[in-house]
Amino acid sequence: MAELTIEATLENIPKVTAFVDEHLEELNCPFKAQTQIDIAIDELFSNIAKFAYNPEVGPATVNVEVEDDPLSVVITFIDHGIPYDPLKNVDPDVTLSAEERKVGGLGIYLVKKTMDDIAYEYKDGKNILKIKKAIG
Amino acid sequence: MEIKKERNENVLTIKVVGRLDTTTAPELEESVKESIEGVEELIFDFEELEYISSAGLRVLLSTQKVMNKQGSMKVIHVNEVIMEIFEVTGFSDILTVE
Repeated sequence: MAELTIEATLENIPKVTAFVDEHLEELNCPFKAQTQIDIAIDELFSNIAKFAYNPEVGPATVNVEVEDDPLSVVITFIDHGIPYDPLKNVDPDVTLSAEERKVGGLGIYLVKKTMDDIAYEYKDGKNILKIKKAIG
Repeated sequence: MEIKKERNENVLTIKVVGRLDTTTAPELEESVKESIEGVEELIFDFEELEYISSAGLRVLLSTQKVMNKQGSMKVIHVNEVIMEIFEVTGFSDILTVE
């Protein structure tokens, strides 16, 4: 298990990505899964940076764990900001035309579609969001 | 991310290199805004684009809306991961992907 605690800012997204990628590379994670995980980090960490402590800035912890059978990586994002369950968002209507589309709401939907599992809980004053992706 | 633009009369080609995500999408949005006037054919060349997140999709959507009014837009040389993102989000129906 590896853990990084860092200020939740948009500028720090590349640092979080680099931290997770380092572990994925050690695990010989396939390129496609790694790219999908990097995208998920962009979506989830940017949400924390924008909304968790707004207008203040606060910390977030990112934790990487490995599970066997099937070989999977579990990444947990923890912040103690405003309680927010992104899984409660209504999925966007992906059949609408460009003119009818609203700008936004796609990020979490994309994560749901590309990860094998996503779970949220609010516990001890913390938002805890876990994603899981098989990398075998 | 790196943006390479090439203008040939009313045709503008924008090559995006690297990662199009939360931190880089505003830069592309600004760059498109600067150059889109008078463009009748806009081509996004994604040959060297590694990935795109929803922030990048938003830029493509707003640009597509502008081009619907003044001409046409297409996206070329899309890799497998990005194509899957276009399909999952329905962008493969909104955009012309070649």
